[in-house]
Amino acid sequence: MWSWVALTAIGPDYFDVDSLLTEEERAVRQMVHDFVAAEVMPTVGEDWLKGRFPIELVRKMGGLGLFGPTLPEEYGGAGISQVAYGMIMQELERGDSGLRSFASVQSGLAMHAIYRYGTEEQRRTYLPRMAKGELIGCFGLTEPDAGSDPGTMRTRCRRVGDHWVLNGEKRWITSSPIADVMVIWALDEEEKVRGFIAPKGTKGLSAPAIETKISMRYSATGDIVLEDVELPEELRLPEAKSLAAPLTCLTQARFGIAFGAVGAAMDCFNEALDYAQNRIAFHKPIAQTQLMQQALVDMLSLTTRSQLMALRLGQLKQEDRFNYTQVSLAKRDNVRAALQTARMARELLGGNGITTEYRAMRHMANLESVDTYEGTYEIHTLIVGRDITGLNALG
Amino acid sequence: MQVVVLVKQVADTAARIKLADGKQDIDRQSASLIVNPYDEMAIEEALRIKEKHGATVWAVTLGEAKAEEALRTALAMGVDEAARVSAPASDALTVARALAQAVREISADIVIAGRSAADDEQGQVGTLVATLLDWPHVTEVTKLEISGSEGVAEREVEGGVEILDFSLPVVVTTQEGLNTPRYASLPGIMKAKRKEIRQIALGEDVVGQPVLAVRSLELPPPRGQGRILTDLDPAQAAKEIVRILHEEAKLI
Ligand SMILES: Cc1cc2nc3c(=O)[nH]c(=O)nc-3n(C[C@H](O)[C@H](O)[C@H](O)COP(=O)(O)OP(=O)(O)OC[C@H]3O[C@@H](n4cnc5c(N)ncnc54)[C@H](O)[C@@H]3O)c2cc1C
Repeated sequence: MWSWVALTAIGPDYFDVDSLLTEEERAVRQMVHDFVAAEVMPTVGEDWLKGRFPIELVRKMGGLGLFGPTLPEEYGGAGISQVAYGMIMQELERGDSGLRSFASVQSGLAMHAIYRYGTEEQRRTYLPRMAKGELIGCFGLTEPDAGSDPGTMRTRCRRVGDHWVLNGEKRWITSSPIADVMVIWALDEEEKVRGFIAPKGTKGLSAPAIETKISMRYSATGDIVLEDVELPEELRLPEAKSLAAPLTCLTQARFGIAFGAVGAAMDCFNEALDYAQNRIAFHKPIAQTQLMQQALVDMLSLTTRSQLMALRLGQLKQEDRFNYTQVSLAKRDNVRAALQTARMARELLGGNGITTEYRAMRHMANLESVDTYEGTYEIHTLIVGRDITGLNALG
Repeated sequence: MQVVVLVKQVADTAARIKLADGKQDIDRQSASLIVNPYDEMAIEEALRIKEKHGATVWAVTLGEAKAEEALRTALAMGVDEAARVSAPASDALTVARALAQAVREISADIVIAGRSAADDEQGQVGTLVATLLDWPHVTEVTKLEISGSEGVAEREVEGGVEILDFSLPVVVTTQEGLNTPRYASLPGIMKAKRKEIRQIALGEDVVGQPVLAVRSLELPPPRGQGRILTDLDPAQAAKEIVRILHEEAKLI
């Protein structure tokens, strides 16, 4: 039977997943939930329409410890569990995918790249300040002509004496227009992928914004243009030696997306259920029609399955026995489930559903991006397909 | 300086609640529980005192083991120490006796409590604790300044502000407008997890006998169907609404 617990503001939680979380994980989730409810929800619709990223929230989020939270304390982290990290992503994306994207890029991509592939000095210089939100990071891998297949990138790096010269163009880079620290991937003369930290203001480096998005409008997205950008050897990430380096970072961020998508789906379900119970048509609540009940149950079903998959993935990652192909399956499925949920919620809301006064269509439009970035639905299908068949259909 | 914040764990006012069997309490097992919002303001105020003047801030609650979650929240916000009082207390007076005893054991200089709890809304405990301790007491404070062993508190009164001077020790209760409570931080949550909570067990010899008993609780009746007036022009409709409010609902 439908229990009321499953309906609390922070749910839905039809299978009492809550009781599988530790007290710390619940506390983290509650804190981020409260933060988003108070600081994001009142203005997100309006800002989204304006195409405005809430830059004023960055330091606040840093102050709460939301960036790089799984890193050791000496680098500004809090050493929280993987599931607790997932709960941060879930609750941020309950607010908006753009906000979660910002956090994913800051923590999972930019900070992770420096932590994993950087020198001790680079870690100490950048990570604590990025954790506080004093420095904004971005991660430049995709290019105008290299998306699903980043190995074909054209951005080049060339060693000249004790420094490197970079040339090329990146496209679709989350936070690039507002970034202080750009992690950039480029091919060297031996066709090996190398990573660099490019500080904002470096000569020849620019990051124009992409202004025409009708998705992810609560996020700054841009290009990165590199024209004879000179970087000293000290700004190269020495432990990054091949394409495996950026791909490992992506696994990190995709892990967070598997949780984030659940948050967006939950918000759509909650909005739809509430609306259906209160919207009267033909003299009864639309929730009393069989078709709308089916839509609501389908939404709940998709959301609950995603929630369970994300949690299990988090547990496996915590025990360090997860595989990147599991992350692919969870990213693929949970984002698609959230997208379907958002579409159904949008439909259930009728005309109201197309405005930013309600949340479903904003989520829906955002999730179109989430379905594409960090590996498209198709690419993850082929990654898992290759894993289970042993046959590569990708290349 | 020791600042004690009295914290109560209450059901989330945004969530639905169920009554426990016997209808003398809500079902706390299934309820989603939070720190009473007025107590969050009390925590925030205590932390500000600490940041300004240096102090050890205590969060004290009376309740079952589950209530320690509220203490962990307080610790995660930045409180230094936490204590849970267990005692056979059921009404405001017995609860206040137990809490007053805890305040004595901690040798508090300042006690801050919420003006009322979001669940029973009785608003008695802070005042009773002050009375039992025989300390100065300011209710529903909207501004608080401490300097040395003196303090000034402001409270809103009809059409103005009342400013009260007092010397420590003191008990104050919080009112909306005092401050905006901070969020717990992740490092705070991690630290809170490891912190040991002091246990204060008190018996009937301290808390005495309750003087009030809950007979039974009822959930508010479900909202009835709305009524829609049709085929009236605005002037007629207004008249009809006034008539209904006056004669049928007897509200005006
Ligand atoms: C809002 C937003 C933010 C982003 N942020 C970042 C960022 O911060 N950093 C970054 O580096 N990148 C970022 N990206 C880029 C994103 O990762 C790419 O868009 C994504 O990898 C897809 O690449 P593409 O757009 O070039 O599509 P393409 O690779 O051109 O793919 C087009 C279509 O073809 C399909 N396809 C391609 N190859 C195959 C195949 N072998 N078999 C079957 N189907 C195939 C794809 O699935 C897709 O449907 C962002 C994108 C968006 C939209």
